[in-house]
Amino acid sequence: MQDHLYNFLLYLGDNALILGHRLSEWCGHGPVLEQDMALTNIALDLVGQSRNIFQLAAKMQGEGATEDTLAYLRDATAYKNILLVEQKNGDFAKTILRQFFYDAFNYPCYQRLMQSSNKDIAAFAEKSMKEITYHLKWSSEWVIRLGDGTEESLRRINEALEDLWPYTGEMFKYADFEIAMTESGVFPDAAGIEAEWEQEVKNIFAQAGLELPEKAWMHDGGKHGRHSEHLGYILAEMQFLQRAYPGQKW
Amino acid sequence: MNEWPLWEIFIRSKNGLSHKHVGSLHATDEEMAMQNARDVYTRRSEGISIWVVESKHISASDPDEGESLFDPANDKVYRHPTFYNLPDELKHM
Repeated sequence: MQDHLYNFLLYLGDNALILGHRLSEWCGHGPVLEQDMALTNIALDLVGQSRNIFQLAAKMQGEGATEDTLAYLRDATAYKNILLVEQKNGDFAKTILRQFFYDAFNYPCYQRLMQSSNKDIAAFAEKSMKEITYHLKWSSEWVIRLGDGTEESLRRINEALEDLWPYTGEMFKYADFEIAMTESGVFPDAAGIEAEWEQEVKNIFAQAGLELPEKAWMHDGGKHGRHSEHLGYILAEMQFLQRAYPGQKW
Repeated sequence: MNEWPLWEIFIRSKNGLSHKHVGSLHATDEEMAMQNARDVYTRRSEGISIWVVESKHISASDPDEGESLFDPANDKVYRHPTFYNLPDELKHM
């Protein structure tokens, strides 16, 4: 049971950390200054959320673990994030759509975590919910703008949709640690998340003039440490300093 | 991207104070202007309320007319409420 809780915490933290890191790559490259800041604000929110979760996980693990050892000293196969969040930024449309798919999933997840039987998780979820609510609002607005924008923006978001759609199924393919958390009330009513996600996506897509693709074959494996080639590159950059100079502080 | 209109941003820092001009930014419409203002100007808890106004809707006085607009007030000190004798009990005036 403790193992499941620990893995569940890593899963939540890894999703936030890897997506936060991806968004941070936009720093200085945003299409306009205002969106550069919006992207990096969200990156900071997500990295901050991962820190909170890793602190809980580190406390559970003991053995000298800290939020930093969990972020910087685990290899790709120990990471449990969904494959969606490690996908490359691509163009602005792809970053937006990836964010929207994640936010529309994260929102109902954290609504449930606020009701968690684990008080630490419930408190953390409540704190994060304000950020997540804004993230969803921001990415939804942009999906509508891009879909209902120019010919070029529509073409780009449709390309992004084609790329990212096969990564959406993994969110709802629950791993053993998620099932255990649902049964124990730590992550209550997980089964209802998929329908809420679909409803949200349908609603925003309708406003954006986008069509929901058919259910198709979906990638998975991230929750079990089987990642796309992208994660290795992310970790190589993120972990370089601690790998090259172990224990280095600043 | 360069064709996005410019917006002027006003932030109220706390209740009881008025909105104050903090700067300007680009956005396609008022909703985006509001979100951008939140992201650009309230990251360090600067505000509790935001106003956005498209810059083209602001009429400004012409600096060249400064003399005729403002100088005439300079020699009319009697317009300032400085000629009243205040009782000692009155504070903060």
